[in-house]
Amino acid sequence: MSNVERLPRLPAKRLNWNWVGIAPFFFFAVMFLFLPSLSIFYRSFQANDGSFTLDNIIALFTEKDIINAYKTSLQISLITAIGGAIFGFLLAYAVVLGGLPYSIRTFMTTFSGVASNFAGVPLAFAFIATMGNAGLVTRWIESIFNINTRELGFSIYNMWGLSIVYMYFQFPLMVLIMAPALDGLRREWREACENLGGTSYHYWRYIALPILLPSLLGTMILLFGNAFGAYATAYAFSGSFINLVTILIGAQIQGDVLYNPGLGNALALGMIVIMSLCMAGYAWMQKRAARWTR
Amino acid sequence: MKKVNIWAWIILLIGIVYFFLPLVATLEFSMRMIKGRYTFEAYRVAFTDPKFFLNFGYSVLWALLTIFFSTVLVVPTAYWVHWKLPKARPFVEFVTLMPFVVPAVVLTFGLIRLYGRPPILLLGSPILLIAGYIVLSLPYMFRAVDTGLRAIDVRTLTEAALSLGAGWVTILTQVIFPNLRVAILSGVFLTFAIVMGEFTFASLLAWPAFGPYMEEIGSMRAYTPQALSVVSFLLTWASIGLLQWIGRGRGQEQVAGAH
Repeated sequence: MSNVERLPRLPAKRLNWNWVGIAPFFFFAVMFLFLPSLSIFYRSFQANDGSFTLDNIIALFTEKDIINAYKTSLQISLITAIGGAIFGFLLAYAVVLGGLPYSIRTFMTTFSGVASNFAGVPLAFAFIATMGNAGLVTRWIESIFNINTRELGFSIYNMWGLSIVYMYFQFPLMVLIMAPALDGLRREWREACENLGGTSYHYWRYIALPILLPSLLGTMILLFGNAFGAYATAYAFSGSFINLVTILIGAQIQGDVLYNPGLGNALALGMIVIMSLCMAGYAWMQKRAARWTR
Repeated sequence: MKKVNIWAWIILLIGIVYFFLPLVATLEFSMRMIKGRYTFEAYRVAFTDPKFFLNFGYSVLWALLTIFFSTVLVVPTAYWVHWKLPKARPFVEFVTLMPFVVPAVVLTFGLIRLYGRPPILLLGSPILLIAGYIVLSLPYMFRAVDTGLRAIDVRTLTEAALSLGAGWVTILTQVIFPNLRVAILSGVFLTFAIVMGEFTFASLLAWPAFGPYMEEIGSMRAYTPQALSVVSFLLTWASIGLLQWIGRGRGQEQVAGAH
């Protein structure tokens, strides 16, 4: 708070009054983004009595529940980032360069826009209706193969089931970002390759893929962060069965399940650190990808 | 090079099946409330629950408040950055990308710990909820408005207005807003779609809203939650559909919503 009031007075004479124009925005960002993040950082290093400690940070790497939560979160994020990237890329390729009618492309990108925003509670319910105990696909499989999935101990309320759900908003995002990138591949490049005697393999291996790689990796990082920060979908899908970091933080808000408020802060800090690394990686990839776009 | 690729069709087919199977399954599931035949009974049950309208109404209220404050916050800021302060762009862009760095659940955690007790006690009022929603809307709002501002000549318009004796409020409301109508509207529809289905903030800050209500029904009943999912999907579809229709012909780039 104090630095908000102090700032305009700092550079006594050569103050640029134009900065006042974004003061409300600046104030909002400090109040509702930076101060909460800073307080998480600050309190991660606080013991219950308020003294400085590194115990919470150490506990992040030693406490079994926390390590497991991070492991599960990272695994799901990695699986859905890679899976979403592969299917998203293939679908984007199919609609952009596959020679399909243009109307299909328009429809697919519109639908991807909707699907990438269709998440949270309704998405979880949709997949329960699809592959839950009485779901459509479950009933199909049961009647076709004449089996009872429940008796076989089959359950979708685990990491793989949740990954399938996450994919629903992951791969449309990939389609949305990759479609323009694929558009950016100029026909002259392929023609130049063919004139030099290159095959389709050479074109992809030495031209298209290296050009697309930064946007491909950048989007993958984005997908990773997207899954890593997801809470509502996982919560509505499986309650607290799947022990994700976000679920643990949510539980910590509703009651001190870790019996140590400092540890809750450290948990949140760990997420911010991982997400910051993601965004930094994404920004770096974006910069590299921008070299080839006009 | 216009050969029709059989693989393209196969991939498209897989994509369409994966996209539509959950939607079809949800619709089918929601109609199975009465054994043996398909009815809209679950919808009747869902829509006759007075709590449905209460929570839905609250979500509409939150969405409208978010849209209002987000617009008031973003439009003048983006305009100012274009007109006087291009130097501030990296900072403003950084802030609008913060929701990707600080996930909703982490931000809620920080907000509750910070404003849950004096000196600044905000927990009892919806300020934190709306603030959280504004943060969620920032990337979409700022991007939409920024794209809109790029398309108009901010300098000429402002100088013309100034030389005609207009004040800043007049310029913003009479010149900038009308010129940005389409851009603002596309931000508005996306914000509406996100807030209407949002769960994390509302649930953890304990405010009534459509998202937590759906979740609550989901743990109590079968079939009705799926009916509500269909409603929610139609809402998202309508919002994004309108957005695409309004912004047709422009390069619209979207980023992910609140999961």
